[in-house]
Amino acid sequence: MAASLQELVDRPYRHGFVTDIESEVAAKGLTEETIRMISAKKNEPEWLLEFRLKAFRHWLTMTPPHWANVQYPPIDFQAISYYAAPKPRPKLASMDEVDPELLRTFEKLGVPMNERAKLAGVAVDVIFDSVSVATTYKAKLAEVGIIFGSISEAVQKHPELVRKYLGTVVPSGDNFYAALNSAVFTDGSFCFIPKGVKCPMDLSTYFRINTEETGQFERTLIVAEEGASVSYLEGCTAPKFDTNQLHAAVVELVALDGADIKYSTVQNWYAGDENGVGGIYNFVTKRGLCKGVGSRISWTQVETGSAITWKYPSCLLVGEGSVGEFYSVALTNHRQQADTGTKMIHIGKNTRSTIVSKGISAGASSNSYRGLVKILPAAHGARNHSQCDSMLIGQDCSASTFPYIQVRNAGAQVEHEASTSKIGEDQLFYFAQRGIAAEDAVSMIINGFCKDVFRQLPMEFAVEATKLLGVKLEGSVG
Amino acid sequence: MIVADSRTLLDVRGLCASIDGTPILKGLDLTVKSGEVHAIMGPNGSGKSTFAKVLAGHTAYQVTAGEVLYEGRDLLALAPEARARAGVFLAFQYPIEIPGVGNSQFLRLAYNTVQAERGKDELDPLEFDDLVREKMQLLEMSPGFLERSVNEGFSGGEKKRNEILQMALLEPTLAILDETDSGLDIDALRIVSRGVNHLASADNAIVLVTHYQRLLNHIVPDYVHVMDGGRIVRTGGRELALELEEHGYEAVEAPAATAAPAAAGARP
Repeated sequence: MAASLQELVDRPYRHGFVTDIESEVAAKGLTEETIRMISAKKNEPEWLLEFRLKAFRHWLTMTPPHWANVQYPPIDFQAISYYAAPKPRPKLASMDEVDPELLRTFEKLGVPMNERAKLAGVAVDVIFDSVSVATTYKAKLAEVGIIFGSISEAVQKHPELVRKYLGTVVPSGDNFYAALNSAVFTDGSFCFIPKGVKCPMDLSTYFRINTEETGQFERTLIVAEEGASVSYLEGCTAPKFDTNQLHAAVVELVALDGADIKYSTVQNWYAGDENGVGGIYNFVTKRGLCKGVGSRISWTQVETGSAITWKYPSCLLVGEGSVGEFYSVALTNHRQQADTGTKMIHIGKNTRSTIVSKGISAGASSNSYRGLVKILPAAHGARNHSQCDSMLIGQDCSASTFPYIQVRNAGAQVEHEASTSKIGEDQLFYFAQRGIAAEDAVSMIINGFCKDVFRQLPMEFAVEATKLLGVKLEGSVG
Repeated sequence: MIVADSRTLLDVRGLCASIDGTPILKGLDLTVKSGEVHAIMGPNGSGKSTFAKVLAGHTAYQVTAGEVLYEGRDLLALAPEARARAGVFLAFQYPIEIPGVGNSQFLRLAYNTVQAERGKDELDPLEFDDLVREKMQLLEMSPGFLERSVNEGFSGGEKKRNEILQMALLEPTLAILDETDSGLDIDALRIVSRGVNHLASADNAIVLVTHYQRLLNHIVPDYVHVMDGGRIVRTGGRELALELEEHGYEAVEAPAATAAPAAAGARP
């Protein structure tokens, strides 16, 4: 083959630049003092400091989870800086006040922030290292009662709302990384859609880690009241460093009666080089609570970056007739490791869930799907359908599927389908014999493989995801 | 048909090729001119299919000696996709399944790639749809076929028809049909053959690789070659195939051992 599949996957990382912005970085290490410092810098109310300290004390008693199908050396949590902010600390009323260097960074990244954002009708909140630097469209959203902005700001302006919901879906002691996040989270997005409001545009947050040896611990909280609906997009990048950076985010979604939340992620954190040096450790807890009757939460993720991904966007289906969905494409190449999937916990009657997972492994990477479908005794008439497909590119990668099914209601209906396929030389030869170059062939096969997931993404994101997979797979069949 | 002002499309000289170090082709000679239909026959393992794949550029085979000129150019120097764009078409013996990739999307990309190479206009999905439906009628294929994934779940006959449909769309200069008749029932054989005959012209050439003479009742060759041990050991006209049918390869090859030097290459 003219271009081998491995070459196809080997395009360099496009977002691997560092922005030369003076930042304020806290000394490395984590103690109660660090937490008090973060809380004081952010001028937080007492209850939030207590929330952090409680999480921290719990965290001290915990050990990192080792059950995932990933390998990495122990992380020295005292060698990480837990706070980094562009200087001067931004308190910005308009986009004009944002550091132009920062804006150029986002331009390089192709983030639609300025006019482009307005044209595209996407409201964007940008998190740079740990601090939210700009939110577009805020005023227009406020007209219909939607609150969208950084969580720090929400703590100041809407403390009652944050306090009411923070930690209700992912308790502070839920798991090691969630506890760490609860103790040290520095910023993130907050979104509140009041009763009966359909959010008139897609909301978007863009995360970027810029400073070496910092962790990024963002916290996102989205609440949709009765009959409200919102589509939320999240994008991520980071510069190239030889050291590993930790990203331990927590995302909580709450859907009340008849509410509908669609959460889409395109994750392209730096994945390390072809020998596995550097890259982001992406240890993220995402969970949605379908609290109300007939509520619906849908997770769509396209995971292409990070050295290690440990992530299970989940749904707690409490409300009667509530619906949980998980659509995922996870692509790993080189020495990347991904252990990702979902948990669908059926608690209420007639709850339904759908899982569609597509794993693509190339290079010497390891890609695991891990999913739990749990039907509790009261979940009469619960139904689940899961489909987990893996695709292998080349000889040295691996794909694993770990489906856990726990059914405690005899009337429940649970289906699981799985398949494994391979992009082989013979498929590429077939394309070549019809005049089609290997890159186009791979992209066609991958897009075909992923189409059930891509069609869940908002249009612009779907285009971006398609391109991203093409870039990631440049050079991959040998 | 043998035409007067024909041009040489393919000139194979002393071609040797191996797979994983095992030699399969051992000095093969063949000349094909425009307008001609050649049949390559021979027992299992004689190297017929290998020859077809080497011409198309399959990476599993290494060419160790010899040369192949296609329209006067060094064919072996071209990547497989470049050969295809230059008009070399291989109808596969076992067309591979490509799940998730829609047949119409695949056909259109292949068509437009070759069109672009020829400096012709590419077609948008609607224009292409008209074209492909017209070609499908020739092969008596149902329209539902376009919505399915490439070859996925196709019967043997459907796969072969899909190959000839691609040939009809891409209008190759040199078409190599690798055991296109195998696995076809009588009706399918008739339909596929009719398609191939319809596409044959004074400007192109067809090389049929086949085990059986029955295909040659439908697609009448100008030359029949017998392969054995990685070489063409005998060349004759239409009647050679009938002789093979009657007496078997062994009987036919015996006289060929002496006649081979003269016949090899079949250069009229």
